[in-house]
Amino acid sequence: MAKRSAPEVNAGSMADIAFLLLIFFLVTTTIETDSGLNRKLPPIDDTEQEDVIIKEKNIFQLNVNKNNQLFLKTGGEEKVIQIKDLRKAAVAFLDNGGGTGPDACKRCQGKKNPRSSDNFDKAIISLQSDRATKYDTYIAVQNEIIAAYNTLRNREFERSFPNLGMSFVEAEKRYSDPRTPSAEKAKLKDKIEEIKILIPQKFSEAEPKKSN
Amino acid sequence: MSKFKKKKGGDLPAISTASLPDIVFMLLFFFMVATVMRQNTLMIENNLPFADQVEKLDKKDLVMYIYAGKPSSNYKSTYGTEARIQLNDKFAEVSEIPAFIAAERASKREELIPFLTTALKVDSDANMGLVTDIKQELRKVNALKINYTTKKGDALQGLKN
Repeated sequence: MAKRSAPEVNAGSMADIAFLLLIFFLVTTTIETDSGLNRKLPPIDDTEQEDVIIKEKNIFQLNVNKNNQLFLKTGGEEKVIQIKDLRKAAVAFLDNGGGTGPDACKRCQGKKNPRSSDNFDKAIISLQSDRATKYDTYIAVQNEIIAAYNTLRNREFERSFPNLGMSFVEAEKRYSDPRTPSAEKAKLKDKIEEIKILIPQKFSEAEPKKSN
Repeated sequence: MSKFKKKKGGDLPAISTASLPDIVFMLLFFFMVATVMRQNTLMIENNLPFADQVEKLDKKDLVMYIYAGKPSSNYKSTYGTEARIQLNDKFAEVSEIPAFIAAERASKREELIPFLTTALKVDSDANMGLVTDIKQELRKVNALKINYTTKKGDALQGLKN
């Protein structure tokens, strides 16, 4: 008897089946955003605390009202400011370096205005928002403040470690990347910490007030 | 007669679709790998604001999600249009956050608890009042690491006003 060849399986419907699955996964896929602004909340401390006296010139006081307008009080000036100008103003404030004697700031490159902040360590940015402020305005303000800190940290990082060839933000990203080898991580850690101590993020957030 | 009829070379040969399944499978595998099944069904509008100084949240299992925003159109009739909080799959009050955090902590290994981050996925139209209430509750239960989840983009351009 002649050898009968096995009949070929009809694969014509394979594409249909695959399409069906494909459409299912297309529909269920949501590319989730998993990035954002990392912040730390202050812990609740019930113990009596002494009021710390902070010189007014060291405070960069921001106030966002219920109409999402930004009000800035610093260095003896009070003015309404646009969000797009905030980053520059914050950098100028932090980088001012108006301190003298023990408060002198060696690495500041600012105007050394005696009515503005002493040094990186003393400078405090304070943000107060209204309960009716819109969230996206608040995020934009937060973003600009973080950007101001990152600008300065990048500058100082590159000044301290010019042979590394990366900025502070890149170094931090590399450090938090789980694929980075641990030897490199250990090296980066000290450098990142050094810059963080040099330019600490002193950012205070008052609880928002009620709008009438 | 047909014996002499020559096959016309004019009509085009059919395009072979034999490789179509392969192409479709390739796409299928891409989407299967890229898919992250949504943990929660969103019952609120969640149009995140933009920011450009973002950091990535790496370990997905160490993140607790708190959603907030206006109820989406299906739920408007029952829950109104005021921005609300969503925990897991249902609407919640601000006072339910501590219990939620405690439940999330209980489900994680003990040594990982200090690394837990709370991701706030808040709609850009929400008011700061709600966000502050959430933050106060988080402070009370000592969940201090937070992340304002944002889309990557120009923060100023995202502003609508």
